[in-house]
Amino acid sequence: MKYYARRIAFYAVTLWAALTLNFFIPRLMPGDPADIMLAKLARVGRDIPPAVEQSIRLLLGSDTGEPLGTQYVTYLGRIFSGDLGVSVTQYPVSVATLISESLPWTIGLVGISTLLAFLVGIAGGIWIGAKRGTWVDGLIPASTLLQSVPYFWLALLLVYFFSVQNSWFPRIHAYGLEFTSGPEWSWAFVGSVLYYGTLPALTIVLSSFGGWLLGMRNMMVSTLSDDYVTTAEAKGLRNSRVLLTYAARNAILPSIAGFGISLGFVVAGSIVMEQVFSYPGIGKLLIQAVQNNDYALMQGIFLIITVTVLAANFIMDLVYGFIDPRTRHNG
Amino acid sequence: MDESIRERELAESIQAAAPRGDTGADGLAVEEAPATVAFADTAAMATREGTRRKTIAAVLPPASPKLIVGLVLTFGIVLFGLIGPFFVQDPKFSGNPAMMPPGPDHLLGTTQLGYDVLAQLAYGARGSLMVGIIAGVIAVVLSLAFGIIAGYVGGWTDEVLSLVTNIMLVIPGLPLIIVIASYVPSRTLLLVALVLGLTGWAGSAVVLRSQAKSLRSRDYVAAARVAGEKTWRIILVEILPNLLPLLSAQFLFAVILGILGEAGLSYLGLGPVGSITWGTMLNEAQLGTALSSGAWWWFVPPGALIALLGCGLSLINFSIDEYINPRLRLAPAAQRSMRKARKAGRQVTSKHTVDADGVILDDEKKKVVV
Repeated sequence: MKYYARRIAFYAVTLWAALTLNFFIPRLMPGDPADIMLAKLARVGRDIPPAVEQSIRLLLGSDTGEPLGTQYVTYLGRIFSGDLGVSVTQYPVSVATLISESLPWTIGLVGISTLLAFLVGIAGGIWIGAKRGTWVDGLIPASTLLQSVPYFWLALLLVYFFSVQNSWFPRIHAYGLEFTSGPEWSWAFVGSVLYYGTLPALTIVLSSFGGWLLGMRNMMVSTLSDDYVTTAEAKGLRNSRVLLTYAARNAILPSIAGFGISLGFVVAGSIVMEQVFSYPGIGKLLIQAVQNNDYALMQGIFLIITVTVLAANFIMDLVYGFIDPRTRHNG
Repeated sequence: MDESIRERELAESIQAAAPRGDTGADGLAVEEAPATVAFADTAAMATREGTRRKTIAAVLPPASPKLIVGLVLTFGIVLFGLIGPFFVQDPKFSGNPAMMPPGPDHLLGTTQLGYDVLAQLAYGARGSLMVGIIAGVIAVVLSLAFGIIAGYVGGWTDEVLSLVTNIMLVIPGLPLIIVIASYVPSRTLLLVALVLGLTGWAGSAVVLRSQAKSLRSRDYVAAARVAGEKTWRIILVEILPNLLPLLSAQFLFAVILGILGEAGLSYLGLGPVGSITWGTMLNEAQLGTALSSGAWWWFVPPGALIALLGCGLSLINFSIDEYINPRLRLAPAAQRSMRKARKAGRQVTSKHTVDADGVILDDEKKKVVV
């Protein structure tokens, strides 16, 4: 139980650190972000209620006359009650609404493709590990090259070949323009989403399966030379059984831990890719916020991303403590 | 990541790297004594002149095709960044015809504003490498400070430093960098490198901490402690040299991360202002509609160079990895030799196994000479 208590305490401290970073970054920067944001609103000819102005000043800090400590406490209180402020980009929509609209797109696209990349990489890693010392070792450098490719550049190449040169796939957006009233529940819409999501998903799978492949292969190679595998072989067990039940089952543990981490980064991971495909997810929203000096939106997104990463890590810790009891004892 | 999981993985890899005299896959004799330990011991054994030269050679990873390809790629690109700018025109000279495909006048064509792509690429190599190296140095220095001190000193210092490291590890990097970068009014190359370095050190600090912890209990460190050496001297003289292979691998990794991070940031329009890097080239290509007008010569080369440099650095990293963890290198080689023996008609059957050093054993665990 001590293990779980320690983990919970750790995530609580981390969350607090992220909130505090979020509070201090705008206050430490030169210039006055709150003024920039308010000026931006005024320029668009929006009339700003005093409550909104106060909320912006509170989030971003500027000379409100209140001591820093009081500001900090009020700031924490607002965050925990779910008030992330209002967006300048789409005034007066609240930051929380904007985030909740774009989150499903990112989670769907990146989640599915992360899972795909993981499965492909693990299967490939087991295979290459089993065939170590043959020609398949030559595949390793190739996967290195794939891994070193900046993933958004890979996205650019895919767009160039599959959308510009041959218009097989759409270039931008998440679904067809014929759905003018937004997302709906119909087969046609689902098909459209899948069709539009193919290239972005391909980008993620291509750029990330190499890492899984290599990690799994290396663990397989190490595990296969362990004594208990030798014992299993000596007992005359079938090769497939030795490979899968004895070696792969143990070799996969670090990869599963890694998968937990990358699940956490599902929300954060493909910011640049979403920009390339103009995909309406969290990343696109973050970039819009940056371009519009929409600091409240930016901070809200950073917080949401951090919280999802922490939550995924935490769940993974629980799962990992369950499947590999050793972690609970020497933690 | 969960600290304990990382540590266990590391413990495993350290075990695998435990002292062991062996013969490399390529038949090169590897030093009898584990090279890293021998290297530190030279201080004590300065009288034995011969050992010193040998051990320095042993600290370098053995030459393998991977290492050679990696070195050629990396040095080729570094050389291009160093001397390339002397042979090309001004990267901001806009008097050329715009959007020219590659030809004899402009080997890699021109951009929408008439800039020579090759010239931009050469200056961009300088910028990108500079960001990568500065970010890499900052990251490695920070990970050293946090990792080694935490691992060696232990106690409360360890608790606090590890907590900071683990927090930095889980807080997502790119969004944090984007947030910081968007608040800064004037982003210089140095500042971008600084932000990337400050956010990219936690992973290697975790690894270094476990290593320092394991080295701490080795005999020669204990001997130094008993002899009354000061802590900073033990860290610098006894521990640090043993971490050199690991550190160099982490530095290379940090450089790749820095270059990739800068490219991503620049693509979003948050890169260094006023400098040319491969990232800013990609950003300009996107803004200048290179994609839809089919100007592949504008956006393909910068990305390809990043990929090749990353590939070169990772190949060097692999060689270091295989050197630190001999199993990765020896196990496949052992399988290979077993298959060869079987093919040659020798009596190697499934009863024979291969131990971690790559020696074929029969069912009574006796060495088989193949």
